[in-house]
Amino acid sequence: MAHNDTAPRGGHGTPDSHGAPGAAHAAAHDAHAHPTWKQYKWVALILTLITVVEVWVYYIPAFVATKLFVPSLLIMSAVKFAIVVLFYMHLKYDARLFRALFTGPLIIAVVTLISLLFLFGHLAVRLGS
Amino acid sequence: MSASPALDHIEAGPHGHHYTTTGLDSRKIAVWAFIGSECMLFASLISTYLIYKGRSVVGPFPHEACNPPACATALKPILNIPVTSASTFVLLMSSLAMVLALAAVENRYLPKPTLGDRILGSSKLWLWATCILGATFLGFQSYEFTSFVHEGLSIRTNLFGSSFFTLTGFHGAHVTAGVIWLGTLLAIDYKRGLEPGDAINVDIAALYWHFVDVVWIAIFTLVYLIK
Repeated sequence: MAHNDTAPRGGHGTPDSHGAPGAAHAAAHDAHAHPTWKQYKWVALILTLITVVEVWVYYIPAFVATKLFVPSLLIMSAVKFAIVVLFYMHLKYDARLFRALFTGPLIIAVVTLISLLFLFGHLAVRLGS
Repeated sequence: MSASPALDHIEAGPHGHHYTTTGLDSRKIAVWAFIGSECMLFASLISTYLIYKGRSVVGPFPHEACNPPACATALKPILNIPVTSASTFVLLMSSLAMVLALAAVENRYLPKPTLGDRILGSSKLWLWATCILGATFLGFQSYEFTSFVHEGLSIRTNLFGSSFFTLTGFHGAHVTAGVIWLGTLLAIDYKRGLEPGDAINVDIAALYWHFVDVVWIAIFTLVYLIK
């Protein structure tokens, strides 16, 4: 597994990422290098461990009854979400435009979700008497 | 033709690819924009589920038992967490297989001296693995939907049923589309082999697949685990 421990080729959004030879292309590959097999393995392990912890806490009635239960699940879910987006979707290594195209709508989506919950859901704020 | 050879390269694009003035592949820009729009679609579906959560008048309910008179007969909480945890693990592993498929296509011509290198470098193996894991996830979902219907929960039973089946059904439809997409890549791989120049095609399919995975990460927590 020797070659996979070095940085695999990457940066498919860029014109230099299609296997053309030359130093310029090699430099471009380095600039947009993807994670290695070892990193992918660790990412999968971390995702699995977080999922195990999520399910484990679900079965602890004493913890479910506390105010920490929902925030802890939301944090673990957000961490998993971020890990997949950054490492598996290569957003950590890719062009800034891709980051903007994803995070912009994601922020709008999250703000909309929270707003709707405040307007109509269990977080609804009752103004006045 | 521009004065710079580097710019010539960008304008012409190797292998006839679609480069824009940003220097980025237009197909990849389109896929990221599509994924951004999908974020808003799923946010609206998740919002609907969360708003209606706990407002069903009749059972079955997701986390609570339902006893007469709310239900004709006593019903257990309907969500099956062990089964859904297994399907979540399957989808997470499919994402790992997908990144390995992409790495295999990118590194097709690197030397593979050991058996481990040859296994890691087999795009067909990892594309098959992703397809099979995706299909397994769909099998879990089919089992879940069928058991819910047998236990008396359909899309028309109550608010929980309507919002739950709509949300998870949309996600399942996306997984189905992803499995079909991966199947087309496998067909190309068998027909002529996926070259490093084809890595962009695998990359955009992988982006879609990982997005389906991150949506499930959110659904698993918000729908299944939070009571």
